Amino acid sequence: MSENTINHPVTEQEAIDREKKGKKVVIELQDVRREFHVGSEVVKALRGVSFKIYEGEFVTIMGTSGSGKSTLLNQLGCLDTPTSGEYILDGTPVRKMKRSERAILRNRKIGFIFQNYNLLAKTTAVENVELPLMYNKKYNAKQRREAAVKALQAVGLGDRLEHKSNQMSGGQMQRVAIARALVNDPAVILADEATGNLDSRTSFEILVLFQQLHRQGRTIIFVTHNPEIAQYSSRNITLRDGMLCEDKVNTCILDAAEALAALPQPDDD
Amino acid sequence: MSIKNLLKVAITAILSNKFRSFLSMLGIIIGVAAVIIMMAIGQGSKQSVRADLSKMGTNLLTIRPGADMRNGVRQDPSAMQTLKMTDYQSILDEATLITHVSPEVTSSGQVIHGANNTTTTIYGESPEYMDIKLWTIEEGECFTEEDIKKSAKVCVVGRTVVQELFGDKNYDCVGKTIRFKSIPFHIVGVLKGKGYNSWGMDQDNVMIAPYTTVMKRIAAQTFFNSILMSALSEDLSEDAIEEVTTILRRNHKLKEDAVDDFTIRSQQEMMETMSSTMDTITIILVVAAAFSLLVAGIGIMNIMLVSVTERTKEIGLRMSVGARGMDILSQFLIESIVISLTGALLGVALGYGGSWIAKTFFALPSSVPLWSVGISFCVCAFIGIFFGYVPARKAARMDPIEALRYE
Repeated sequence: MSENTINHPVTEQEAIDREKKGKKVVIELQDVRREFHVGSEVVKALRGVSFKIYEGEFVTIMGTSGSGKSTLLNQLGCLDTPTSGEYILDGTPVRKMKRSERAILRNRKIGFIFQNYNLLAKTTAVENVELPLMYNKKYNAKQRREAAVKALQAVGLGDRLEHKSNQMSGGQMQRVAIARALVNDPAVILADEATGNLDSRTSFEILVLFQQLHRQGRTIIFVTHNPEIAQYSSRNITLRDGMLCEDKVNTCILDAAEALAALPQPDDD
Repeated sequence: MSIKNLLKVAITAILSNKFRSFLSMLGIIIGVAAVIIMMAIGQGSKQSVRADLSKMGTNLLTIRPGADMRNGVRQDPSAMQTLKMTDYQSILDEATLITHVSPEVTSSGQVIHGANNTTTTIYGESPEYMDIKLWTIEEGECFTEEDIKKSAKVCVVGRTVVQELFGDKNYDCVGKTIRFKSIPFHIVGVLKGKGYNSWGMDQDNVMIAPYTTVMKRIAAQTFFNSILMSALSEDLSEDAIEEVTTILRRNHKLKEDAVDDFTIRSQQEMMETMSSTMDTITIILVVAAAFSLLVAGIGIMNIMLVSVTERTKEIGLRMSVGARGMDILSQFLIESIVISLTGALLGVALGYGGSWIAKTFFALPSSVPLWSVGISFCVCAFIGIFFGYVPARKAARMDPIEALRYE
């Protein structure tokens, strides 16, 4: 722990702590390390990462490729467990959990959004959004449908419930994916390059949606290599060589809606 | 996930690849149809053998002298002469569960009429024999009790004998005289043809004469080869056997611990013997057909493996939103079970069709036993689970990170 705190300016950590005083810790990483064995070599993807993310934060995680960004995302998403250290998600320590326990944890606490949307092919929007609830016995068919419709309305697709995934544009598909991430009312939303496949206009539309969710009090982690996006989040964590190299609170958050309005209007056709 | 949702997912997956799903079902369809047709023909043949046997009287009981040659112990030849006139009389007088009795003395030999001759078996019987063996006299009439008393040289002949001796099986030969082993017999009646039985014996190549005549004039013996009886009904056969056994043991003065010196067999036992033979043949046919089901199962496994690989990304997604290994396992297992059971359903339909074709166009005795349908479904459910398990486990064990990254 002590070694790790040297990795980044103490003052900033204090600043974060001061600001978030009294807020609930959603994510806590304690000296998380992850090593992979590739043949006889040991690749250290994460070399001791520690940070806390509080409820209601919109955090971007940045880093060049090979910085350990994806490995960190897999850790945060409970898709993988640390080699050492501990990861506490919403009060639950994850490292010693079994595969099936982590699956249930993902189901209840995490909403994933992927770069390529990952919607089920030939399946309607509402059925795609229902998917996480299929693996939750507490929901019956009626409750599932209600929750899915609500989530789709929240992302502005209330009028496209029965559209199939192949009948939608990229932006619409990503909205469906966001609705799917919201439907289980997760503790944290994990977005992996969620705007990476979209043109700049649609990207801003999606960012507007993220900022809305942020304002509603959602905790969002957005992994990206696009520095522009960091300006729209409340905090930015940068990784380098498997270590935290920068952790900044963004005191001047830009409004994506304004940026969208400033964009040149697309030709109507 | 609930069964209902799993089924929905499975059906959606199958329908989204209709042609491929059909191809993987095809093996099951053909296999099941083959099994059903084989069983249907087996069952049908069995039924036709039973029908033949019951034409000979289902309540038929046969007493033979001496015990069977069981356990390789040969009986004393003198024991073979144990069935006497007194036994016949006692059964006639005392047995209450017996409707008809006829002693039987048989002899094989040449029968001659004019320039024609043939080899046949002469059965020495009482007139009741006609009722026991369900023979019908088509022309003329049967010999009488009077003929038996007089050991009259009269006989009733089967159609094959008529054919061989008179050149036409419909020849009106009542009143003609034929010679069996140089003894002239006056034909008093002709039997209605029964044809070949299902094990290939010509039932019409017979001469039936009074038993006294055959005993004295041909076989020159004082004992019977057997005694035939009809029990009151098929169900009472066992009781009738017991009753007659008691009578015969008393007549033969057998001690408590002595083994019977005769055997009584019912038609029931005959049927069981025949049925078990048919069963063996059916089993061989069904096993051959079952191998095709095994191959079909491997086909399903193959397709499921392809399907799992193709849907790696979907599996990754499902896992990331909270599907456990168990959920993925059951999803693919249900899919393979649905494929094999649908195949079974179509196979049963095809089997019924095939059985109908066999019956209608190839005149094969064929009837689909209902239990074979049940068994087909059970076997196919098993195939679905057994061959679906390996691909399903492969899917369930995927690493969600790798699966999501799969292109």
